[in-house]
Amino acid sequence: MADLRCNIAGVQSPNPFWLASAPPTDKEYNVVRAFKAGWGGVVWKTLGEDPPVVNVSSRYGAVNYNGTRMAGFNNIELITDRPLDVNLREIKQVKRDWPDRAMVVSLMVPCEEESWKRILPLVEDTGADAVELNFGCPHGMSERGMGSAVGQVPEYIEMVTRWCKKYTRMPVFVKLTPNITNILHPARAAKAGGADAVSLINTINSIVTVDLDAMAPTPIVGGKGAHGGYCGPAVKPIALNMVAEIARDPECGGIPISGIGGVSNWRDAAEFISLGSGSVQVCTAAMHYGFKIVEDMADGLSNWMDSKGYKTLDDFRGAAVPNVVNWNQLDMNYECVAEINQDLCIKCGLCHVACEDTSHQAIFAKRVEGKRHYEVNVPECVGCNLCMLACPVDDCITMVEVDNGKPYMNWLQDPRNPANIKAAE
Amino acid sequence: MTASADIQAGRLRPDDYVENFNDVHPPLDRKRAVIEASRCYYCYDAPCVEACPTGIDIPSFIRKIATDNVKGSAVDILSENIMGGACARVCPTEILCEGECVRNTQEEKPVKIGELQRFATDRLFESGAEVFERAPSSGKTVAVVGGGPAGLSAAHRLSMLGHDVVVFEARDKVGGLNEYGIAAYKVPHDFAQREVEFILSLGGIDVRCGQAIGKDFSLSDLRRDYDAVFLSMGMAGVNALGLENEDLAGVVDAVDYIADLRQSGDLSKLPVGRKVVVIGGGNTAIDIAVQTKRLGAEDVTLVYRRGKDNMNATWHEQDFAQLNGVKIKHWAQPTKLIGKDGQVKEIEFEYTQLDDKGRLMGTGDHFTLLVDQVFKAIGQTFVPTPLVNGSADVLELAGGRIAVNEDRQTSLPDVWAGGDCVAGDDLTVAAVQDGKVAAMAIDRRLRG
Repeated sequence: MADLRCNIAGVQSPNPFWLASAPPTDKEYNVVRAFKAGWGGVVWKTLGEDPPVVNVSSRYGAVNYNGTRMAGFNNIELITDRPLDVNLREIKQVKRDWPDRAMVVSLMVPCEEESWKRILPLVEDTGADAVELNFGCPHGMSERGMGSAVGQVPEYIEMVTRWCKKYTRMPVFVKLTPNITNILHPARAAKAGGADAVSLINTINSIVTVDLDAMAPTPIVGGKGAHGGYCGPAVKPIALNMVAEIARDPECGGIPISGIGGVSNWRDAAEFISLGSGSVQVCTAAMHYGFKIVEDMADGLSNWMDSKGYKTLDDFRGAAVPNVVNWNQLDMNYECVAEINQDLCIKCGLCHVACEDTSHQAIFAKRVEGKRHYEVNVPECVGCNLCMLACPVDDCITMVEVDNGKPYMNWLQDPRNPANIKAAE
Repeated sequence: MTASADIQAGRLRPDDYVENFNDVHPPLDRKRAVIEASRCYYCYDAPCVEACPTGIDIPSFIRKIATDNVKGSAVDILSENIMGGACARVCPTEILCEGECVRNTQEEKPVKIGELQRFATDRLFESGAEVFERAPSSGKTVAVVGGGPAGLSAAHRLSMLGHDVVVFEARDKVGGLNEYGIAAYKVPHDFAQREVEFILSLGGIDVRCGQAIGKDFSLSDLRRDYDAVFLSMGMAGVNALGLENEDLAGVVDAVDYIADLRQSGDLSKLPVGRKVVVIGGGNTAIDIAVQTKRLGAEDVTLVYRRGKDNMNATWHEQDFAQLNGVKIKHWAQPTKLIGKDGQVKEIEFEYTQLDDKGRLMGTGDHFTLLVDQVFKAIGQTFVPTPLVNGSADVLELAGGRIAVNEDRQTSLPDVWAGGDCVAGDDLTVAAVQDGKVAAMAIDRRLRG
């Protein structure tokens, strides 16, 4: 039985599964239900200054894909709409009742030193383990100069982070917005400002669907819609990349990462952790299925770790990071080709048509004794993987490495690189 | 059919008739249809399309269900098979499209192509949308003899292509076996007539019921009065057992009984035996066995002279009959009908087996079943005499049916034929294809 205990920037939790700052962590009632279900920690839904914000009716939208509901999800909800003192009182109570769980409090106040100076001691008084600075919310609050309006300006991130470090002893997590061109700039700014950890990704600017009858984006509020924050399984690849970018950036100096973005099961969590995440934060999956899903997340992660011989999360944390490289470090001499297991083939022909129409014409469609037969045209196969990805049968098409006897050679060493041709002249 | 103590109407409570003769497979709702549609892999060179006698682009119509383009889906279906609604209900999909679905190889569970086809076509009919239109008039006229699936398919396609069509139908209604022959629970709620209305709504098709060839007009008359003729009068003859006493009360042709059942406004008035024996191994045998059971017969035994694998009814149909409580006995043939006071009371069978040369032979052992009603379902035959009556023209036959080439053209250059009166699979879907192919060949010829 693997040890799932998690320690990130000094914040301890019995497992790495935290609920992200969002509707599920808006009040004591929900958070207590979550802790009873087994969640390792929560990031309390973002607190702001009084008077509280007001939310609209009709708040969430979704992308349903091929019969799967909520493959992508978005919201136009703002930060907590409850009074500050109510939230602080409940946080204090919950932390007292559940001392072993991580209690991180998300904050968003105006970009003025006085505002941060005022709120931080109030949070510290609750006994919370850390604060998370919400520099990511892409809708509504950004129009008021907060959220992603701060997160998109590295200088502001550094400045606010510095204020927070000045006014509290609590570890400071900086939550990053993905709505930027290079995640390293805000991450480095957070590091420079003294952040103890970064959390990412926040939600992505999005219109999930257009209602073609109402001719308005969803969710529709009185006939109109606003762009919202996109999350859920669909955003995981974007989040993984940004996490990896930070994890392998020397300037970020190994800053602890709380990974967020489409985590729905233990496997997603293991992927985030393998790319350097400490804890992972979950929202959409819980909003879709309820808090009970954490049971399989913990159980599944533990069983997988046992099968791999990992005893603690640190045993595989960041293990995939060294294998994330720039394109120019890839081996130009590596070759693989598709191989079809004819015993598994169900004759759907998807490999053929995908290759024929959109790739390299490297799969023959034949009839052998009247039966459909799909066969790789090896000399034409460039090893692109498309057929393997399109094939509906697991392990029917595999990519087999070709032993060409050639040594490792990256693009910088490649004689076909124009820079090398020039140098040779 | 003489009512006696053992052959009675009204064996069931009124609600039971409604339930027993309702849709055997309830239609998919939208949610289920979308889930099922998403199981389709959208195969390249899809095996299901090859297995469909009408060549419907099945992956395409299924994808259109998944994308909520249900009208487009229905048009894809009906463009190849104007009776796609009926075929969705009556096709033996287990040996056609669904039998070839690649999902069988993967998980022994094909995509429910038939049910999806029904979903799309039902939605179109419900919407009342008009999706086909006629080409400008060619000024040509075509006579169609027989308003079953082949005839209606030919008529619709010919009308679309701009020709004026007259359909001569011997019975009171067009629809053919969809109206008179298919088991009631497969096409309930007047579906067959709604489909006919949809087909005729195109216009350009003049239906004349109560008009039989060889009686009210001759083939020569049609050849004189029309630019082309399409024959699709089906099979009018029924095979006899060849036993003595076949005229006993209670010995019934299954085809006639099913037609009565289909036309009955009140099933509780239809007499059925307590003990029923069905002789035959095809779909008609299955249909009569299941329907008599559902009318309240207590014991229904289907007896077939060969084995399970020799039956024309598919494995799915056999399973269905057994699920309905029909007992199937293989390897026995009827040898004697025993009656009392003109009513059949017992039927004697001899066990059968194959001899060394694979020929069927009796074993000499017998058994006897007590019976109130015996249904004969041992095949139908094409009756050529009406074609000859009053006609100077002679059509070549092949295997007892009208000989045709691949265009469904007969030995007379201006006469085509299709459906059960020509050789081939006796399936609705095959008849529709015959009508479609013939119509296109007729069009080519008429346009010279």
